Amino acid sequence: MSKWKLMMLVAVTLLTVGLLAACGNAPDDAGSDENNEANASENGEGSGDEGSEDGEVSGPVNIDGSSTVLPIMEYLTYEYNQENPEVETALNSSGSGGGFEKSTVGEIDLSNASRPIKDEEKATAEENGITLHEIELAYDGLSVVVSQENDFVENLTIDQLKQIFLADGGATKWSDINPEWPEEDIVIYSPGHDSGTFDYFNEVILEENPMREGENVTLSEDDNTLVTGIQSDPYAIGYFGYAYYAENQDTLKVLGIDNGDGNPVKPTGDTIQDGSYSPLSRPLFTYVNVDYMKEKPQVLDFVKFSIENAGAAAEEVGYVALPDEKYQEQLTEIEELAAE
Amino acid sequence: MSTKVNSAQIKGRVVRNKAFKSLFIAATSIALIFLALLIYRILSQGIDYLSIDFLRNYPAPYIEEAGIFAGLMGSIFLISITAPVSIILGVSTALYLEEYAKQNRFTRFIQVNVQNLAGVPSIVFGLLGLTFFVYILELGYSLIAGALTMSLLVLPVIVVASQEAIRSVPKELREASIGMGATKWQTIWRIVLPASIPGILTGSILALSRAIGETAPLIIVGAAAAIYTIPDSFFSKYTVMPIQIWSWTSRPQEEWQYVAAAGIIVLLIILLCMNAIAVWIRNKFQNRF
Repeated sequence: MSKWKLMMLVAVTLLTVGLLAACGNAPDDAGSDENNEANASENGEGSGDEGSEDGEVSGPVNIDGSSTVLPIMEYLTYEYNQENPEVETALNSSGSGGGFEKSTVGEIDLSNASRPIKDEEKATAEENGITLHEIELAYDGLSVVVSQENDFVENLTIDQLKQIFLADGGATKWSDINPEWPEEDIVIYSPGHDSGTFDYFNEVILEENPMREGENVTLSEDDNTLVTGIQSDPYAIGYFGYAYYAENQDTLKVLGIDNGDGNPVKPTGDTIQDGSYSPLSRPLFTYVNVDYMKEKPQVLDFVKFSIENAGAAAEEVGYVALPDEKYQEQLTEIEELAAE
Repeated sequence: MSTKVNSAQIKGRVVRNKAFKSLFIAATSIALIFLALLIYRILSQGIDYLSIDFLRNYPAPYIEEAGIFAGLMGSIFLISITAPVSIILGVSTALYLEEYAKQNRFTRFIQVNVQNLAGVPSIVFGLLGLTFFVYILELGYSLIAGALTMSLLVLPVIVVASQEAIRSVPKELREASIGMGATKWQTIWRIVLPASIPGILTGSILALSRAIGETAPLIIVGAAAAIYTIPDSFFSKYTVMPIQIWSWTSRPQEEWQYVAAAGIIVLLIILLCMNAIAVWIRNKFQNRF
């Protein structure tokens, strides 16, 4: 009989929890957008009393977007939370495009991206009455790499990159590019077509022409898969963010890129920051919803914190910081925007 | 003459017997070898990074400070909503299909669909959850939306397991109960359910073990990659262990792979605990009749 009572007890508990789960949404399930607004007004009142300048802010900050920017943002949210434990930052990583899908309809406050916003994304934002302000957090140098075992390639020109990566580029063997190079198939490792890294390469090198596909081409969203593939194959070539090269310098060889002036440049902290590693050095962004920034003191506070600390964050996680003036300029811009 | 044939036949059978025996042993050991390799690799990589602090800390950009607390708590909260919702719905469905529904074409149609649902890729449930819970019910990217999506995901498995369990209750027990004057509901509640508890709970806990290891649907319904609070309501933001692990494995620095391995160890331990509970419950209730 006692077993029977135990079972009843379990059943009743489960039912209660189930009912709670079902009813719990009634009071404040007015939708995430309205939730945000409600919170914003509450916070507005709260900070009016205390003054928002002394860091007494609270409430949610919702961030989504590029997985390339994720490590920088994680550093920033972590450090920010140490100082402001009352602010609940939630950081997601659904890719540059995924982030814009949410930010252009007002679901999130900040949208990270490893490429500038596209025109159609801008149009969606305008339709929904949303203004997104672009903030540059750091630089990344897209590094074109081969294996350390590859002893023939040192530099490539933009045209040679096109020959290798374009669908109708014409080079499928290394000897097609330079007759002195071995007559072996070129094996390509590239980030998948949904990634911002591919978007950027597609824009500046391929100029939106179709990339080679099929045999000897591996696409992966996981950069570590690309690294592993290239490491072990002397005839492989690929590209990804600088941090992944920097961590694997002993097995990978980075190529100098000649953008037509006959002077190949390899990506390093300096060449990426001063822009001489061109055109493959790219900025990493976050886009902030301007209205939310004005309405929610915690968003404004976090944005300021991010700009002030993005340089340190970039170096900690393997990217390259912007020159200090750039951060200063952006900080001034934000303050002007918020004061409007 | 006939003895000769017989001994040849028997010889053949003995050989075949041995052949199949070694084949099956080989099949089993392949699985065991890979399991051992997996566990060895994960343990050797992750054990150094496993500590009390790893369990207590939130995710961090520094390897020494990174921890799985947010994921661990998120997973536990998620499962404690998913479990009652999916078990209550699942067992009710199974009871209806086994005890009440007439054996007609419509019932068979439901039956086949439930079984097919069990094989639908998890990402599809994620998309369903995004449309239905996040947008239509306006739950947002919250713990409750994630938990309900997970409930849907494991529901078919629970239904099928519960049906099996209910079906295996001997018919005589039901007849005896009805013969004593009990109503149908009394029979189900006092005889059928208690007798099928071991099967139902074993199936449910195996299904929930699947839920605790899922990543794809939760990424779609918005589980966070880095969060520094644990849920305090049904509408809180949350993260779960598999997402935390996934975000660590995609880092460029090699050390993060070891941190991920430590996370996998924690996840494996939780899974083993859940399976142990399933075994314990089965043994406890097994000899009821």
